[in-house]
Amino acid sequence: MSAPHATSAAASSNRGDARPIAFVSAQALRERMHDAVNDPHLRKSFRGAMDFLMAKRAAQFPDESELESLRTLSEGIRQYSLSRLPDLLEQLEANLTRNGVQVHWAADADEANAIMLGIARRHAAKTIVKGKSMVSEEIEFNHAMHDAGVDALESDMGEYIVQLAGEKPSHIIMPAIHKTKEQIATLFAEKVPGVSYTDNVDTLIQIGRQVLREKFEQADIGLSGVNFAVAETGTLCLVENEGNGRMCTTVPRVHMAITGIEKVVEKLEHVAPLYSILTRSATGQAISTYFNMISGPRKPGEKDGPEEVHLILLDNGRSQAYADEQLRKTLQCIRCGACMNHCPVYTRIGGLAYGTTYPGPIGKIVSPHMMGLEQTHLLPTVSTLCGACGEVCPVRIPIPELLVRLRGEAQSKPHDNPVMVGQGAGYSPLASFVWRTWARIYARPGNYRMFSWLASRFRALTPSRQSGWTAARTPLTPAPRRLRDMVRDRQ
Amino acid sequence: MSSPSHAGEHTPRTYPPRPAAVYFYATCLVDLFVPEAGMDAITLLEREGIRVIFPESQSCCGQPAYSSGFPEEARKVAASQLDLFPEDYPIIVPSGSCAGMIRWHWEKIFADDPALHARAAAVAARTFELAEFLLHVVGFQRRDEGEPVTVTLHTSCSARREMGTHLVGRELLARLGNVTLAHHGHESECCGFGGSFSMKHPDISTAMVSDKVAALKATGAREVVTADCGCLLNITKRAEKEDLDAGRSKPSLPGEHLATFLLRRTGGQPARRN
Repeated sequence: MSAPHATSAAASSNRGDARPIAFVSAQALRERMHDAVNDPHLRKSFRGAMDFLMAKRAAQFPDESELESLRTLSEGIRQYSLSRLPDLLEQLEANLTRNGVQVHWAADADEANAIMLGIARRHAAKTIVKGKSMVSEEIEFNHAMHDAGVDALESDMGEYIVQLAGEKPSHIIMPAIHKTKEQIATLFAEKVPGVSYTDNVDTLIQIGRQVLREKFEQADIGLSGVNFAVAETGTLCLVENEGNGRMCTTVPRVHMAITGIEKVVEKLEHVAPLYSILTRSATGQAISTYFNMISGPRKPGEKDGPEEVHLILLDNGRSQAYADEQLRKTLQCIRCGACMNHCPVYTRIGGLAYGTTYPGPIGKIVSPHMMGLEQTHLLPTVSTLCGACGEVCPVRIPIPELLVRLRGEAQSKPHDNPVMVGQGAGYSPLASFVWRTWARIYARPGNYRMFSWLASRFRALTPSRQSGWTAARTPLTPAPRRLRDMVRDRQ
Repeated sequence: MSSPSHAGEHTPRTYPPRPAAVYFYATCLVDLFVPEAGMDAITLLEREGIRVIFPESQSCCGQPAYSSGFPEEARKVAASQLDLFPEDYPIIVPSGSCAGMIRWHWEKIFADDPALHARAAAVAARTFELAEFLLHVVGFQRRDEGEPVTVTLHTSCSARREMGTHLVGRELLARLGNVTLAHHGHESECCGFGGSFSMKHPDISTAMVSDKVAALKATGAREVVTADCGCLLNITKRAEKEDLDAGRSKPSLPGEHLATFLLRRTGGQPARRN
């Protein structure tokens, strides 16, 4: 059996390959976007993948009125849950505790990692096997564990591939969507000893499964995310397709779940519509292959299940969004990824170019809360405000409206009472002056008439190079007569 | 009233009976860059027996500043426009994007001022995109006097997702007997203009507009028609650049505003730019 070799090789190759993106400067973002949009392979593979996902979703919603009622219901559930968030979190904690789950609160990534490392140390854990969790990506869990000498191994096939490659997920649902099967074949042949090149997808999956199967048995701790946390029953719901989530949460002696504080709902009956719209919006599935409901550790007399279950509730900027009525809508998100699948910008640059854990439209509105506007102030500008994201969002987050709001927060003059960390980070005295001047012209009819008359009259002086516009287009030139001149001349 | 995030959410709008007069709100882009489209829209309306009032003091709906993250500047400009429409006539805007700004976003920028908010809401309620007004209020129906032609239609994202008028352009074209509409790939996708986006992120904007131009050309249509001048300029100026770079003298993708196209096809005399 070649699996043991493969396993140790896979584990050692995880060590610190993917460095966290610690700083997202505007310049770095621009460079990554430039490189991505000029990469024909990336363009082709994302176009194809997004077309496929859009068609799959559309096929799940043949009846527009059914879709809209389900969106209304889902939006209502999320808004209701958020309106009672502090109460529901306390209720959740009480009921989980009653069920034997240990609940921990983490203000930020460092606290969350410290809590989980503490648990790992108490159990002298060497290996943690992970189900798919974007929150664990958000806190750079793998690196924190690696630095402390604990191996964290991804068991979701896409995440496993990304980890082997030393990369980051490029999509929140399909982390390795940026990779072709040929690239994966090469990766496996290089990184998994005893494996020779094959681009047969079934064989590749079998190789991965064999490696991972061993790990489930050896791992001291299993880690998972949470899709919905039910307050009234103290239940953690986990949506997945590969069964690795169930393995992570049942085979190792200890299960640690981590989630953002916004994932709580009050009642079990609130889960059904959200679950339905989640899988249909995300992967175009009527339902996922697995749906796990975790209500506590193994009870006396039970044959399986972990001996300990922990839940880490992470804030990491969420309470900042929560404090503002409009920005709070960001937290309605159920992480389906439909906004990125339908985003014309994401389709052209892929997920890695963003440099944030969550890419695409949702990433642009949630990352500023997690990372601060100093690093992320350019992100909200990377949108035409076309509205495709808002159109498909299953919980009707008004993403374009929030992008506009964040542009304002980033670019307004720094002031004493900021709603967000890093408010004013994108402030530019020049841009501010330009818009003030613009307003002085356009808000006064006499000024505007004079300005537009001059622009039209002296159109020959219009520059032939117009910033980014003429990189790909012929210049814009004012017409010889303005519409108001035409209207006047005619009378 | 909150802005829709999906066209399907629009409760069908109640349209007024055909009025004696309308206000024409041209938008800054039309006034300065594509005045012929505005003139043709006015001619179309007048030909239907509707008096068209062009408020002299109009400038801009404020959208450029609003979407760039300068709500205060947008507010100043929008506030200067609230007095332009004293009579209770419909306000016709030849652009989905500016119509969307007035209809959905003016109320937001005046949210903390009840008096201005009420006036903005009253203006928003009688603001119509030209195409929807032609179809639903005027009941545009004229004989197509042009030669048989195949055209393709680009619908702006605001028309599609804010005004919910993505089918209106199609229906108007379908009323022209000799016009065949060719659909293009990724039709609902943005052309990549996005106002300041085209300046701020030229790489991505170029990629988007190039794809859009390619999809429009692939239909083999003789021209592209659209009811939004932002998209029109973005698409046609990109196509012109491609022609220039390839040394073509004949435009490979000419474009027209829907108003100009409708007027020309139905025996009207489109305005001359010069």
